Amino acid sequence: MALVVVNVMPKPEILDPQGKAVTGALTRMGHQGFSVRQGRRFEIQVEGEVTKARLEEIREFAESLLANTVIEDFEVVS
Amino acid sequence: MKIGVVTFPGSLDDHDALRAVRLTGGDPVSLWHANDDLSGVDAVILPGGFSYGDYLRCGAIARFSPVMEEVVRKANQGMPLLGICNGFQVLCEARLLPGALIRNETRLFTSVSTPLRVESSSTAWTGEFTVGQEIQIQLKNGEGNYQADPETVARLEGEGRVVFRYLDNPNGSINDIAGITNERGNVVGLMPHPEHNVDEKITSDLDGRGFFASVAAFLNS
Repeated sequence: MALVVVNVMPKPEILDPQGKAVTGALTRMGHQGFSVRQGRRFEIQVEGEVTKARLEEIREFAESLLANTVIEDFEVVS
Repeated sequence: MKIGVVTFPGSLDDHDALRAVRLTGGDPVSLWHANDDLSGVDAVILPGGFSYGDYLRCGAIARFSPVMEEVVRKANQGMPLLGICNGFQVLCEARLLPGALIRNETRLFTSVSTPLRVESSSTAWTGEFTVGQEIQIQLKNGEGNYQADPETVARLEGEGRVVFRYLDNPNGSINDIAGITNERGNVVGLMPHPEHNVDEKITSDLDGRGFFASVAAFLNS
């Protein structure tokens, strides 16, 4: 089994309320000078070899299901 | 006039929507997410609440449910389709409507009766309203903040596809947008809940009736 990771992040111009909440908590904890944006990480176990076609398949479903490209960017890391 | 209401795992307001259809003179039909048969209904409502735990994003998994394939097919043929709250999120995820709903700017779940201005009476669900009319509809959501890129917003505004606007924007939606429609005007999505504003035993604000009267008039014409 090989592992492919898909990272999904809110687009820079889109408000990230979750990241804002975490940033607020850090500030209250005394950690100054940090700004957090929160995203998602998907770990995908792939049976057999991770071929170009498999990666393309992952890219396709990352775009249609894992991320909403209206508000999020994604990257496939293998 | 048969109006179907889809029940997804986690739908909350499906029965309220069915009841609203009945109270306004329609024939309510309960539809099931795992069934791709629409039972010959004339229109469909995707109700509020949640769907499939709203894992991933609100509405993201519901979009791929068996019933949605048929709903999308019929909507593309002109069938009236109304998405309320989670239903609106499903319509955006299904790309029947542009844009997306993200968490409220306040980061709070908001439940409030909210004033809206009707911006378009050229849809299947708003024909009985007048443009500029102010209506009062219940709103309750955590992820009701409508966002789209500037080109999409300009297109919606330019084509008169913003259907409802908040007078007191409670969730940070861009341009105070509360509801939009597709190019054809048969698909409408909004965050507020018109099905909660039809029964005089529950509320004195009965503006939700206009949605059901509108679709009835649309289907009869």
